[in-house]
Amino acid sequence: MNAELLLEVSGLSVDYGSGPGAVHAVDRVDLAFRRGEVLGLAGESGSGKSTLAHAMTRLLRPPAVVTGGSVRYHQRGPASAAGDRVVDILAMSEAQLRRFRWEQVAVVFQSAMNALNPVIDVRSQLVDAMRAHEPRMSRADRNARAAELLDLVGVSTDRLRSYPHQLSGGMRQRVMIAMALALNPDLVIMDEPTTALDVVTQRQILEKLEELRVEFGFATVFITHDLSLLLDIADSIAIMYAGRIVETGPAKRVHAEPAHPYSRGLINSFPPLTGARRELTGIPGFPPDLRALPPGCPFAPRCGQVMAICREQYPPLVPAGDPGEPGHLAACWLNTPQGAPATEGSLR
Amino acid sequence: MAVLDASAVEPSAASPSPFKATRPRGWVRNALRSAKVRVGLGIVVFFILLGIIGPNFVGNPSVTGPQAFAHPSAHHLLGTTDTGQDVLAQLVDGTNVSLIVGFVSSVIATLIAIAIGLSSAFLGGLWDEVFSTITNAFLVIPALPLVIVLAGYLHGAGTLAVAVVIAATAWPWTARILRAQTLSLRRRDYVRAARVVGESATRIIWFEIVPNEIPLIAAQFLITVIYAILIQAGLAFLGVGSVTTWSWGTMLYWAQNASALASGAWWWFVPPGLCLALLGTGLALMNFGVDEIANPRLSAVAKPSRRRGRFRRSAAGVPTS
Amino acid sequence: MRFIARRLGFYVITAWIAITINFFIPRLMPGNPAELVFNRVRHSMSPTALKAFSVAFGVDSHQGLIPQYFSYLNQLLHGNLGISITFFPATVSSVIRTALPWTLALVGVATILSFVLGTLLGIVAATRRGTWVDALLPVTSFLSAVPYFWLGLLALTVFAVELGWFPLSGGYAPSVNVGFTWPFISSAIDHAVLPALTIVVSSIAGWLLGMRNVMISTLGEDYVLLADAKGLPRRRVTFSYAARNALLPNMAGFALSLGFIVSGAILTEVVFSYPGMGYVLFEAVTNEDFPLMQGIFLMITILVLLANLFADVIYVALDPRTREAG
Repeated sequence: MNAELLLEVSGLSVDYGSGPGAVHAVDRVDLAFRRGEVLGLAGESGSGKSTLAHAMTRLLRPPAVVTGGSVRYHQRGPASAAGDRVVDILAMSEAQLRRFRWEQVAVVFQSAMNALNPVIDVRSQLVDAMRAHEPRMSRADRNARAAELLDLVGVSTDRLRSYPHQLSGGMRQRVMIAMALALNPDLVIMDEPTTALDVVTQRQILEKLEELRVEFGFATVFITHDLSLLLDIADSIAIMYAGRIVETGPAKRVHAEPAHPYSRGLINSFPPLTGARRELTGIPGFPPDLRALPPGCPFAPRCGQVMAICREQYPPLVPAGDPGEPGHLAACWLNTPQGAPATEGSLR
Repeated sequence: MAVLDASAVEPSAASPSPFKATRPRGWVRNALRSAKVRVGLGIVVFFILLGIIGPNFVGNPSVTGPQAFAHPSAHHLLGTTDTGQDVLAQLVDGTNVSLIVGFVSSVIATLIAIAIGLSSAFLGGLWDEVFSTITNAFLVIPALPLVIVLAGYLHGAGTLAVAVVIAATAWPWTARILRAQTLSLRRRDYVRAARVVGESATRIIWFEIVPNEIPLIAAQFLITVIYAILIQAGLAFLGVGSVTTWSWGTMLYWAQNASALASGAWWWFVPPGLCLALLGTGLALMNFGVDEIANPRLSAVAKPSRRRGRFRRSAAGVPTS
Repeated sequence: MRFIARRLGFYVITAWIAITINFFIPRLMPGNPAELVFNRVRHSMSPTALKAFSVAFGVDSHQGLIPQYFSYLNQLLHGNLGISITFFPATVSSVIRTALPWTLALVGVATILSFVLGTLLGIVAATRRGTWVDALLPVTSFLSAVPYFWLGLLALTVFAVELGWFPLSGGYAPSVNVGFTWPFISSAIDHAVLPALTIVVSSIAGWLLGMRNVMISTLGEDYVLLADAKGLPRRRVTFSYAARNALLPNMAGFALSLGFIVSGAILTEVVFSYPGMGYVLFEAVTNEDFPLMQGIFLMITILVLLANLFADVIYVALDPRTREAG
């Protein structure tokens, strides 16, 4: 996987509220996204994955606030590599951000019913991003493009005049995807896009997404709590727990040889439809209180393989497995020699 | 996860506000903790005391005197009317009428509202349709003209009669809100659980649903009192009902009649209006406070507009690990 | 469309309830007030007038209750509201017809102004939350507790008596002739400013607070977030996405609070001796003119229902979800 870097998140932290009662929803996250790739972001409710996605595009609402880190976007120049540059999304001005949004990065939300404006028709919602970003486009062109987009996602063009409440759940989600692709973004962030749909529709939408991805080459961040879904569609997977990345790596690898006890627990929680029957195991315990995380690994209280050091120091993200595959990292003391810290300096 | 979000919910009549299931005694204590409630309660209590004890300290409001339109002075603290009557005495004496009409009307109206609102929600079906239509009709029919017509037939009506007439127009708002809330509570899990266990409908109503509606009823009661007081003042101002019983509205009626305005006798008509506004504000504050504890999202204020592109270290300082 | 039909049906039922109230109340009141009035005026009224009175109030009638009811309905349907006692021998309908345009002009303009201003200010208050605008809220709460008519009295004192900027009373200067001439119109406007101002100031708080609260919750909706994410200009997000949706519950609230505004308007007219229906109602009450009282009550109710219907039509235009069948 040596595709070009598209987005680099470094040390991103997000808090809800401030002061002693602040909830540390995202804690010093490092992630890299590559062009054309699908990165699956998995974790249970409250793990911080949605917050991370919102923070990356500066869509956080009060009382959430970014408390540190950077989100560097590698923008391609229009003609040649000479025009390439790297910008920190978090440091952009309002005007820059407004231009950047949707042209480079688009978002698809979970519940299309709530994400579509109920009083404006589909055509207008497809078109208004174009009006805002490409003022030179003529009205006829815009409408043509809107029809084209609907066609791409498999929705009949006579739905242009429909209102959101007149569409089925699956259709609404497709409209959302069409909207996202309106300006040919390089990155599409999808926050649980199929969770609210039935399984059949889910499958259709995912297939359609794959088609579009192959045709247009945009990178995707697919956020979900359903790990089994990611194993099918993602190139790489990042697993979050208590606001931190606990494991990341190529999808097949993470599935076959999860290096973090949490990942193992997640994967084992899904009963396979085929193969020998086995006992269903969950993960005992509850997610931690993000206001008062204990020192050390946040998963320690629930971990079946916890060691003394786990409770004292937070494990760094280090290459996992033996021999490890490049790009497969896990934040677990089990991955370091004898469970001892790799170096003094990696303590936090 | 404790996801805090700043979107406040307006307690509209169309959708029931998400009241917590608190036991009755708890919410009173909570309510009293709010500064708004304390201030509001203070104002209301002041007026109640004024009405009860006040008249003992002022002169006779109906006695006419030689000094007409006298400015406020040591002798007449709020001046005199066009027939030399003491304004302060009238003001203090009139306090009772507003309070009595306000509270009595509100009690009657609230009782009617509870009866209709709850039965409508519980009986459902045709009863619900009929009750709802009647409730909505009374909501739409303009209140003051109706009250005027009703009271107009009661020539020289006494205070209590006026209170009853006002109650006849004050109940629909509360009834509608209670019905919506009851419908919503009916579907809640703990009510369903009670049904499954076999609790009788009456027990469910009185022990599960009504206790959880008490804060709502209290808030509505306060609103109705404000409404009743204002309508009574309006009625008195129009000269409906007895014009010899002293009330703030009546004072304004006489002031208007005697062209107090043209004569610039501000001390005659400013105090009654001011008292009405103050009493109303006191009740409104109490209401805000009660609403706040029952609907906590209203009191969450967003932090000042977030500064883009700049970071703030959490006040805890060192990031926890 | 079915939505409108249902609303229309409801309004018809409400009008019928109002008419029925008019029918039953005088007959149920203790002390038989209608009869007292009847006896007082029978000498000065013509036979037709007495008959109309009898049908409306059940005095001196030999019919049972039900036939009386239908006679009354019949009379109403013919537009016969009786003869006014105060303005004898004018019919109630003619009195109302004279006063109606004044009230419509004053209350209509004032209400619309108040709604529009209040809504716009509410949007501003919601988008500038956490700033000084928040301090306005307790002020507006206080204002809404102030009785309309007292505000009118104050306005009259300050602006008319003390400052002399506006006339003291009436709908127009007595020296001007009624007609579509500029002197008349300008005089009418001059006389309407203070009453209109009173109505606007007392009712604006409600719209402001209402719009602000709904806007705040609307601004937290996902579609607003998505609009932001699309990089749409601030103005479009605030108006086409947030305000357009926040307006809906407020339109519904508009209809409900019309009754309240009308009540306040009546009192305001009395304060300013403004020759609208409110003032006439006041005179009717003073003179125990039951036919006129009832007639105005009905007329006001019907106007409010019509205004409600109008608001419903606008609501349907704004919200596509109501246009579906059923």
